Order: sequence, then structure tokens, then C-alpha cells
Amino acid sequence: MLPRRFSDALDLRITDSSLRDGSHAKRHQFTTAEVAAVVGALDAAGVPVIEVTHGDGLGGSSFTYGFSRTPEQELISVAVETARNAKIAFLMLPGVGVKDDIVASAGNGATVCRIATHCTEADISAQHFGLARELGLETVGFLMMAHSISPEDLAKQARIMADAGCQCVYVVDSAGALVLDQVSDRVAALVAELGDDAQVGFHGHENLGLGVANSVLAARAGATQIDGSTRRFGAGAGNTPVEAFVGVCDKLGITTGVDFFAIVDAAEDVVRPAMPEECRLDRMALVMGYAGVYSSFLKHAYTLAERYGVSGAEILVEAGARRLVGGQEDQLIDIALTLSSRGRQE
Amino acid sequence: MAKATAAIVGSGNIGTDLLFKLLRSDVVEPRWMVGIDPASPGLRRAAELGLSTTVDGVDWLLAQDPLPDLVFEATSAAVHRANAPRYAGAGIRAIDLTPAAVGPPVVPHVNLDAHLDAPNVNLITCGGQATIPMVYAVSRVTPVSYAEIVATVASKSAGPGTRANIDEFTRTTSRGLEVIGGAARGKAIIVLNPADPPMVMRDTIFCAIDPGADTGAVAASIAAMAADVARYVPGYRLLNEAQFDRHGPHTRVAIFVEIAGAGDFLPAYAGNLDIMTAAATRVGEELARSIGESHVAAPLL
Repeated sequence: MLPRRFSDALDLRITDSSLRDGSHAKRHQFTTAEVAAVVGALDAAGVPVIEVTHGDGLGGSSFTYGFSRTPEQELISVAVETARNAKIAFLMLPGVGVKDDIVASAGNGATVCRIATHCTEADISAQHFGLARELGLETVGFLMMAHSISPEDLAKQARIMADAGCQCVYVVDSAGALVLDQVSDRVAALVAELGDDAQVGFHGHENLGLGVANSVLAARAGATQIDGSTRRFGAGAGNTPVEAFVGVCDKLGITTGVDFFAIVDAAEDVVRPAMPEECRLDRMALVMGYAGVYSSFLKHAYTLAERYGVSGAEILVEAGARRLVGGQEDQLIDIALTLSSRGRQE
Repeated sequence: MAKATAAIVGSGNIGTDLLFKLLRSDVVEPRWMVGIDPASPGLRRAAELGLSTTVDGVDWLLAQDPLPDLVFEATSAAVHRANAPRYAGAGIRAIDLTPAAVGPPVVPHVNLDAHLDAPNVNLITCGGQATIPMVYAVSRVTPVSYAEIVATVASKSAGPGTRANIDEFTRTTSRGLEVIGGAARGKAIIVLNPADPPMVMRDTIFCAIDPGADTGAVAASIAAMAADVARYVPGYRLLNEAQFDRHGPHTRVAIFVEIAGAGDFLPAYAGNLDIMTAAATRVGEELARSIGESHVAAPLL
């Protein structure tokens, strides 16, 4: 029914990112107890891959992105010790993390290395993919802010990652800005470019309320790996809710290997208590999806709006106008200051 | 004082931009340019501007008589590692714009005076040249327990060397924040932004200081340092005022700078490249002055 299958056993492989993308919503304050509880519940529900890292990837703990409460390697170690079947994945952004961070994560037992670049900058990941493959890690590439370039240009960047050793390239809708066919077109372009050289994946956000629908269209266009976060626990309005996506896949006859009732219980009983609040489709999140702004900017915009007495939505709109990319959280301070001084002059 | 003579090794964009700056210098005279590609527009331009040029590499350069006083290396780390001992053997002072880090890392106005006798000095990275002066500006007033910088550069201005080894940028810059900037611990982040038209280079510098520190003195030191850097990098400017926020047990200083290139050869958005060639020019001039003084001080025979 789907054009491609992940394996003989699974039509799609789901990666849960609530302990990585959710780190943004948590302002990077995860404890080892929370990570152990969430990994235990997701693993028991049959989630095959669980990602655990600072929201901005290895080495993300900083003034710019927020300091981690618990060192991420401790969190990775706890996740590895807890999981019985699930693989533990980590994210790294070249320019933020370094190769030593990958080595440390592999040493602590993580087995899936996910490397993210802005969607036009794939070539900065080559040295890291090379290292990951040398270490025997499974590799995934993230082309972030995929809404911002054409399917053809995105496919060219995917080719760069695949040639560097990436085994699955993701269309990453960091801003939650892609709408239905825009997902299909991008996934199809990557499938056509990569053929059997690498798989294709999709990572969605809920900023326009389309995480599940976009993920189904991605699968129908040939994606075989899909990201979600249980209870939407992620940046912006959150990620594709894994429990809803699993239910939809059941209805469509798509095998994910995840037990619907078990993941629904995990969402309610284990993940929700670890969340500071629900991930909401509110004004700020909608502005991000509509204006194509990097979802992780949300919490920073809230903090700065309060600090400088300016509108959080205006900060986000200006971030879109300045074409900021993932990682430029520092520039949000400059935007808030500029809005604040403009406000004083008026 | 006679001008110090200089060779530029590497005829790419950096070498060419550097040439334009050195041609304006009162104390350094660029006389040779060394490349590898006979079709290089940089070599042709240098020849038109009156320099002796070659594609025969450093062998040709070391056969010149007289030899240059200074050599600027604008090739790659690997090439400079191979060339450095040969320059040293010939008594030519080397100013290294690559990440090879053969000699001590220097930032004009911060630590160059301590290395005027070094046979080889290294210019770290563009992010280092842009941010280390600011960390130093804070640490000369009050201890900095941690410094963190974010360098955002236009995608178009990040060459293949930087892209293939972006870890080298973060590591080298982090070390510079500590060793030269004076922070107990340093962290560097680089972000490439593909916006079109390209964005001008920006850097944000965060320093953790004691909450009891004199913030007025810190702010004054930052402003004074920005003015000092702007003397050799005219496009260097502070954006907004330094911000002081309580952050756990520390005060966090946040400093925002923008670096527009002078547009000598490279486009104005490439402030990251301009600050390297501007710093190299300033270092070359300081070395030239120190060579001149040592000649004066030498006994007459």
C-alpha cells in the first residue's frame, strides 16, 4: 500500500523525540528520573527509537540555548540502561557540537546518530557522518527548515548527506510551515534523488495543526522513518503526537510496531507528568507556522517579551523577516532590544 | 624607515583582499604573490598591480634575493604546516591566516605585543578575531568564569575549507577565548545563514561575571575596545548596549557586534573574511615596526 517499507516487519519506523525536541518545551530541565520513566514507558509500548539530547543537540547546553539541568551524557546513559528493545538516538548540529560529543554518546551506548544542518548547508556535516559510520552508528540526516527551499534544491542537499554516509535523510519541518502537498513534493524529490542509496524521513511540527496529516502524506510519498513526540512534547506547538499517529496508522493498515493503547497510556500517565505544560496551538505557535519561524524560538521569545516589555509575537515575526535560521537564538535578544528602544522612541 | 617587504602566499579571495589592504600600508610593501594556478585571477591582478608573481610555489619565493621580511600565508592549514619551517629557516617572519596554529595565536590590541619576536604568529579564526577582544575587555576589569560566543556568517562567505572542518573553527575559537580572552572556560558556536541578500557578519559574546562586579567599568571597557578594534577593522561596531542580566549565581554580560567588510575586494557582508585580512595587515604593520626598531637598535658594523 505504501510505496516503500522500512523493513520486512515494519512499514514505518517511528522515532520519538519527546526527550530531545521536548527539551525545548522543558527549557532543558530534564532529570534522570524523568528520562528513565519516559524511556521505560515508550520502550514498553514498542517505540523502536527514542531520541535523548539537549534540544539543540549535543553541546547545546549554553547561554544561547539554555543550560541543561542534567549533563546530556548522563541522560543518554540512563536511557540506554533503561531501554530493553528501543535504540537510543542523539542529535548533533555541526557548529554547536563537535566530534568528541559523538564519540562520548557512542561510548555511552547510543546507536543512532542524527546530524542536523540548515537545509542549504548539508556539506558542513560530512566529517561528522564519516566519524559516525566509522564508529558503527546508524546515521540520520536532518535538513532543517525544509519549507524554505524548493523540493529540487532540497534533494540536492540530501544527496550531499547521503554521499557523506547518511543512511536516511529527513525532510525537517522545523517551523511547522509545510502544508500537505508541500510535504509530499519534498519527500518524493528526495526519494527520486536517493533511490536505494538512503531512506527518507519526515519530522513534523504542529504549528499549523498538520503533524499527523503531513506524516501520512510523507509515508505515502515514500518516507519510511517518521518522527513524533508523545503528547506532542516538543518545540513550538509541539511535534506530531506519536499516539495519534499510531492510531491513524492502525486505521490505515500501516504497521508501526507501536501498541496504540500502551502509547496512549504512556502519553497520559508518564509523559504528561514530565511536561511543564501542554504544548498548545496558541497565537505564538500559529505565528511561527504561518511566518515560517524556527519552532525552538518560542520559549526564548516568551522570556524576552517579559524581560524587555515587548510583544513576543512581534519578536517572532521579526525573526522571520530577518530570515534567522536554527541556532540564531542570540539574535532574538538583539530583536527584543531593538523593538524595545523603538517603543521608547514612539 | 624603509618599508618591510612582504610576500602573500595564496592567490584566492583572501590573498587578494589582503593585497589591497597592504597596498595602502605605510610600513609594509607587498612585493610577491605565490599561487598554484596559472589561470588564477588573483595572480593576474597582483601582476597588474606590479607584484612579482609565480605558480612555482615557495621554492621560487625562497630563491628571491633579497628575501621578503614578512610572509602572509593565505592557503590552507596543511600547506602552511609544510611551509612554516622553511620560512623560519630562511628567517622570514610568518603571519598565518590558516587554522594551522604553528605559532602563537594573536589578536591585535590584546596580546600581539607579547609575540612581536615570534617567528610565526597565527590569526586563529574570524570568530576569534571578532570576539576575543570583547572577552578580554571584560576580563581585564573582572574575572570571567565562562565565555560563550555565537558567530553568524553568510553562507556565501564560508569557503569549502571552513565547511569541511567546522569543528576546527569551534575548537580553535573556544581555546582562544580562554588563552587570550582570559575566560576560565570558553565555548564557541558558528551558524551559517543563507539569506539572500547575504547578511552581514554578526557575533554575540556572553560572559559570566561576579554579580558584584562594576558593570559601569565593564561597559566602558567594552566601548573602548570596540573603538580600538574599529581602528583597524572600520566596519566593526557594537549593536545596542551591553546587557547585564542575573543568571543563577552569575551576572551574564551580553555583547552584540556586527562586522561589515571594507569591500576592498570581498563583498561587504563578508565581515568574517575582512576581519582576518584587516587583522593580518595590522599584525604585519606591528611586526614591520618592531623589525625596524631592532634594526635601529642593532650595533653599527
